[in-house]
Amino acid sequence: MSEFVYLYRNAERPPSAEQMQQQMQKWMAWMKDLQAKGHIKDNGHPLERAGKVVKSHGKSISDGPFAEAKDVVGGYTLIEAKDLDQAAELASDCPIFNVGGYVEVRPVMKM
Amino acid sequence: MDLYEHLFRRESGRLVAALLRVFGLHNLALAEDVAQDALCRALEVWKFHGPPANPAAWLMATAKNRAVDVLRRERTSRTFAPELGRLLESEWTLVPSVEELFEAHARQDDLLRMMFSCCHPRLSEEAQVSLILNVLCGFGVGEVAAAFLATKSATEKRLWRSKRVLAASKRLVDVADSEGVRRRLPAVQQALYLLFNEGYHGASPESGVRAELCHEAMRLAALLLEHPATSTPASRALLALMCFHAARLPARLDESGQLTSLFDQPRALWDKNLIAEGERLLDLSACGTHLSEYHVQAAIAAFHSQASGAEDTNWQAIVTLYDTLMEVSPTPVVALNRAIAIGQLQGPDRGIEEIRAISGIERLGSYPFYYAALGELELRRGRHQEASVHFRAALGLARNPMERQFLERRLVASQPVSSS
Repeated sequence: MSEFVYLYRNAERPPSAEQMQQQMQKWMAWMKDLQAKGHIKDNGHPLERAGKVVKSHGKSISDGPFAEAKDVVGGYTLIEAKDLDQAAELASDCPIFNVGGYVEVRPVMKM
Repeated sequence: MDLYEHLFRRESGRLVAALLRVFGLHNLALAEDVAQDALCRALEVWKFHGPPANPAAWLMATAKNRAVDVLRRERTSRTFAPELGRLLESEWTLVPSVEELFEAHARQDDLLRMMFSCCHPRLSEEAQVSLILNVLCGFGVGEVAAAFLATKSATEKRLWRSKRVLAASKRLVDVADSEGVRRRLPAVQQALYLLFNEGYHGASPESGVRAELCHEAMRLAALLLEHPATSTPASRALLALMCFHAARLPARLDESGQLTSLFDQPRALWDKNLIAEGERLLDLSACGTHLSEYHVQAAIAAFHSQASGAEDTNWQAIVTLYDTLMEVSPTPVVALNRAIAIGQLQGPDRGIEEIRAISGIERLGSYPFYYAALGELELRRGRHQEASVHFRAALGLARNPMERQFLERRLVASQPVSSS
């Protein structure tokens, strides 16, 4: 088994309360399924949109471009899978596609 | 842990109501934003970790914290609830004041206050109902539009205009102000009645949407019964009426999703618990001196629910009740229903006579069920030719696909059986 990170990107807010709840329930079901199949190493976390960007040894600290930017990482999960193909396959049912987002699958580099 | 159905939608109304206490009604848009934000955080956090033990409390606490942030950030640039005034000016009093306004006991009447505020006399009944659905019931603009079969942009405009009226009314209706409540209660009852009817007879072809509208109307009508100032006999009669009609919902559509008339519904499918609840409420409503339209309508519905079919329905009692209803609320549609009941009691000839005698009959000219009623009565007289003319006229006036399909089937049924 190898480890992979799912980076959830660019999801939009569902337009109504009911759709938010449905989206969340789909997401919980998807996570639960991955969990049951033993693919979740760490559920991970959602990330706030606002942050800071630090550059040049701290000489440049600016408010993150995240609030306005289109391509924002909204959260991450640590996954265990056989190989990159399987990790990508497992991501293909992610509910993020319902709200215009996508999943970036990146293998974790190990010693 | 599983979340109860429609949790987000239901809590959305409560969050907005609580936030308005701190922000003031003129900041309705801000309150809606903060409520949306709390729901959005819930979506993000819960999808990774599952919902907390008490989801509703989590949402309320999140909204409260966001409210404190907003107050801190904007207290110099914006005015908030006038009753808070100076309490918001110092950091010392800000947090405790907000805490207190978010306490459960303070929030108890919030939904009622909002309900009454949405029924602003300057708004049309349709605007009031849209506003209730959007602000109080947490329906998104698209969902409100679907309920009324309106376009999203038209709905958006209407809601925007209504919210301006609401926001300009300075403060929420105070439920403790019994005179103000008494004055506006009929409008609130009427709006809930319309909301229910929109679900029951309304335009949306999707049965799920329709049942939800009925359930929302019943939930809000039940709220009226929880407060002494609003739990009047008419409020009880209104909820009784809704119970009797909602009991028929499982039988109103057949297996293929087609509308079924009261006469043809398999009554075994009627919800007995709801009928029992309707009867209990109708008993409770029988007090006071004011006989409302809802009392009479509920009594009529009760007679239908007691009968095992059209044949053993107590049509005499129903006709008498329609006579009473004509005194309370003399509309052409009530007169039409009275004529139909007379047609059941005394035969189709009398029914047709009564329909022809309705005053203001021209107002029924665009009502498909006026022609459909004539069609049914002609059919019972065995006059297929006349019946199909009427059904064809009704079909031309159908307001939505459900009505169209229903009337098409009646038209087919009215065609004379060919003798070849």
